[in-house]
Amino acid sequence: MNWFVFPLLMILGLFSAVAEAEKQTVVVASKNFNESYLLSEMLSQMLEAEGYEVERKYGLGGTLVCYEALRNGEVDLYPEYSGTLGRAILKVSDASPSTERLNQLLDESPLEVLDSFGFNNTYAIALKDSLAKRLKLERVSQLSEQTELRVAFGLEFLNREDGWPGLSALYGLTQNPTGIEHGLAYQAIDDGKIDITDAYSTDGDLLRYKLTTLIDDRQYFPQYIGMPFVRKELPQEVKAVVNQLAGKIDDQLMRDLNASVVIDGKSFAEVASQFLVESKITTRDVAHNTGGKGLIDLIPESLLENTLVHLKLTSIALALGCLVGFPLGILVFRSATLSRVVVYVAGLMQTVPSIALLALMIPLFGIGQVPAVIALFLYSLLPILRNTITALLTIDPLLKSIAEAIGLTRYQQLRHVLVPMAAPTILAGVKTAAVISIGTATLAAFIGAGGLGEPIVTGLALNSTELILQGAIPAALLAIFVELLFEGLEKLLVKPHMLQNQLVN
Amino acid sequence: MSSSCVEFLNVSKSFQDKTVIKNVSVQLPLDATTALVGESGSGKSTLLRLINGLVVPDSGQVLLAGRPIDYKSLPDLRRTMGFAVQGAGLFPHLTVRENITLVASLEGWSNRKIIERYSELFDLLALSEEFSDRYPHMLSGGQQQRVSLCRAMMLDPPLMLLDEPFSALDPITRRNIQDEFVTLQRIEKRSVILVTHDMGEARKLAEFLVIIRDGEVVQEGAVSEVELNPVDEYVSRLFDQEGAN
Repeated sequence: MNWFVFPLLMILGLFSAVAEAEKQTVVVASKNFNESYLLSEMLSQMLEAEGYEVERKYGLGGTLVCYEALRNGEVDLYPEYSGTLGRAILKVSDASPSTERLNQLLDESPLEVLDSFGFNNTYAIALKDSLAKRLKLERVSQLSEQTELRVAFGLEFLNREDGWPGLSALYGLTQNPTGIEHGLAYQAIDDGKIDITDAYSTDGDLLRYKLTTLIDDRQYFPQYIGMPFVRKELPQEVKAVVNQLAGKIDDQLMRDLNASVVIDGKSFAEVASQFLVESKITTRDVAHNTGGKGLIDLIPESLLENTLVHLKLTSIALALGCLVGFPLGILVFRSATLSRVVVYVAGLMQTVPSIALLALMIPLFGIGQVPAVIALFLYSLLPILRNTITALLTIDPLLKSIAEAIGLTRYQQLRHVLVPMAAPTILAGVKTAAVISIGTATLAAFIGAGGLGEPIVTGLALNSTELILQGAIPAALLAIFVELLFEGLEKLLVKPHMLQNQLVN
Repeated sequence: MSSSCVEFLNVSKSFQDKTVIKNVSVQLPLDATTALVGESGSGKSTLLRLINGLVVPDSGQVLLAGRPIDYKSLPDLRRTMGFAVQGAGLFPHLTVRENITLVASLEGWSNRKIIERYSELFDLLALSEEFSDRYPHMLSGGQQQRVSLCRAMMLDPPLMLLDEPFSALDPITRRNIQDEFVTLQRIEKRSVILVTHDMGEARKLAEFLVIIRDGEVVQEGAVSEVELNPVDEYVSRLFDQEGAN
C-alpha cells in the first residue's frame, strides 16, 4: 500500500498547508504611547510565531479611537488598562474593577478582556528628583501647599474624571494646570518650562529624565492593570496565544522594557523579541525579520511611502472638495440665504478640532484611510466653497447684466463670463484647502491612516524629536511645494491682469 | 404688420416700494433712432431694460414688432438686440476679438463669416487691427466704447439698445464716435433706442424723442416738433441745458 500512501500524504499535506494559509489575519492595534506599542508588538510577534498573519495598526489616537475601532471590528485586539476600561469606557464607579467584573460588564457587548499581563501602570504625579529633594516633596497631599508650581498635564489626564478633576478635589489642590501633549511634557519638564506633570508609573522615561513620582497617600488613583482587550468572536486558539503573556510582566519589568526603547533606543520589535525569547514564550527571534533594525532606522526607508500616502490622502480629499465645493458654490451663489447656510455649515466643520472630527468618523467609517479622507474632505470644503461663492458674488453687477443682455444662456454666462472671472479667487481657495489638508493629514495617523503623521505620532510616543522632525519637515516641504505648484498653475491658467483684483483668502 | 419696433402698453414697474415706471404707453418707430431723454432717476434706463427683459414689468405689456415678449426664450430674443452701456462693460478676461465675437461663435457662425463681419465693423468704427489681441484694460475709454459698439452690432441686430454709451468720454472723442455712429446709421439702417440725458446728443443722433419724467412719458414726437412745441417747463429746460456738458 506504500505506493498510494505517499501521494495521499502529499494531498493531506497540501490540505493542511491550505488550512495553514487560511489562518485568519489578526489586526493588532496600539495606542499612541510607548508601552502600548511595545505590548502590541509582543502580541503580534507571538501570533506570528504561531503562523498567524498580523496587521499592525499602531499609534491610534487615544482610548476612544482604539475602543471604537475594536467595537467596529476594524481591530481584533489591543492592550487596555482596567481603570481606563472601567471609568472611561464602561463608566462605572468601581475604583479598580477586576477582570471578572469587567467581563460581567461587557456581557452584552461583542468585546471581552483576557488575563492581565501582570503590571499596574497607574497615573502618577511626576517632578524632577532635584526639585522634589529641594522642596522635600514625597506625597501628593503636600502639593496643596505648593501653589506656585507650574503644572501641565496631558489632555487626557486633564479632562478625565479619574484624572485631575477628581485628584484636585480629593487633595484640595488649587493649581491651575495647562494642557500639553503628553509626549512633550517630559521635554518641557526637562527644559524647566514646567515643574509638574502626570506620568505613567511604568514609564521608562521616568529613568531617562530623572523624575520622581509622588506617593498617592490617599489612594486616589485606581489600578490600571494592563490586559488584552479583544473581540469575543476571535478563535479560541488566538486567545490562547494572547494569554501566554498573562502574568508575565510586573511593574519593574515593564518599566525596564519601556526604558530599553526610550533610553537605549532599541526598536519595539527588538525589545519585544528579546523579552519573548528570554521568557521562553517564543523561540524564534522574530526581530531579525526586520533585519534587527530599530524603528527609528526604519523610518527613512518608509519616508517615500509615507509621503506617497500623505499625497494620496490629501489629493483625494482635495479632488472631492473641488468636485463638491465648486458645483455647490455655483448652485447656491445666486441665493443669499442658501449661500449663507452653506458657508455656515462648512464653517462649522472647520471649528471641530481635527482630532475630534477624526474620532467622530470612526463609528461611521471605521479607521484607516477612508475616514481620514472624509475628514480632510470636510475641512477642504470651506475654503473652496467660500471662495467660489465670494468670487461669483463680487463680480461687477454691470458685467453680469451685460452677460445676460448680449444673449448668453445661464450656462453660457457661467462658462464664458462668471467662472473665468472668478477663477483666480477660486484657485486661491483650492490652494488654501490644499495647504490645510497637508497639515491636517498628519493627524490622520491617529486613526491608522499612515502618512507623514506616522513618524510624528511615533515620535511623540517615544519623545523623539528626531522622529517628529522626520514627519514634520517633509510635511512642511510638501506644503511649500504645493504652494509653489499652485503659483505655477495660477500663472498658467490666469492672465496676469486678472490677478490684480483677486480676493486674497 | 406693425410700424413700431417696440411698443409699451400700460407698463408699470416698482423696485421695492418705489414706482419707477408709471403706466407707460408709447410706440417707438421702426428703422429710426429714438432718444429716451430725461433727468437722472427719471426711469429712462429702466424703460430700456424692459425691452430686453433685464427688467420684467409688474403690469402691462412690452411688444416687440407687435408680439409680446416671450420671457422663456430671452437669450434668443436678446441676440436680436445689440446692447451697449456707459463705460463699455467689456469682459476683462477676454481679448477685444473674443469680446466682440463671443456670441457669434456660440451662435455657430463659421470662422469665415465671423472674420468678415469683424473686419467690416473694425473698419466702420476706425479700430486698428492691432487691438484685436489686446485686453480691454490696455485700451483708452474711446477705444473701449468703439469695441463695445462692435460687440453690440456683431450679429447685425435689427434693434440696438444704447444706454448713455458716449457720456463717459472726453468731448472730442465723444464727438468723433457720435459722428461715426451717424455715418453707421446711414449705412446700416436699423432701429436704435438711445438713452441719454443730453439733449444735444439726442438732437444729433435721433429722429424721434420720448421725454420722460418720474417714470412717465411727458412728450413724444419728432425732434423738431418737440423742440418747437415743448409741452411744459421740464421739456424746455432740457433743451436749454443742451451743450452744458
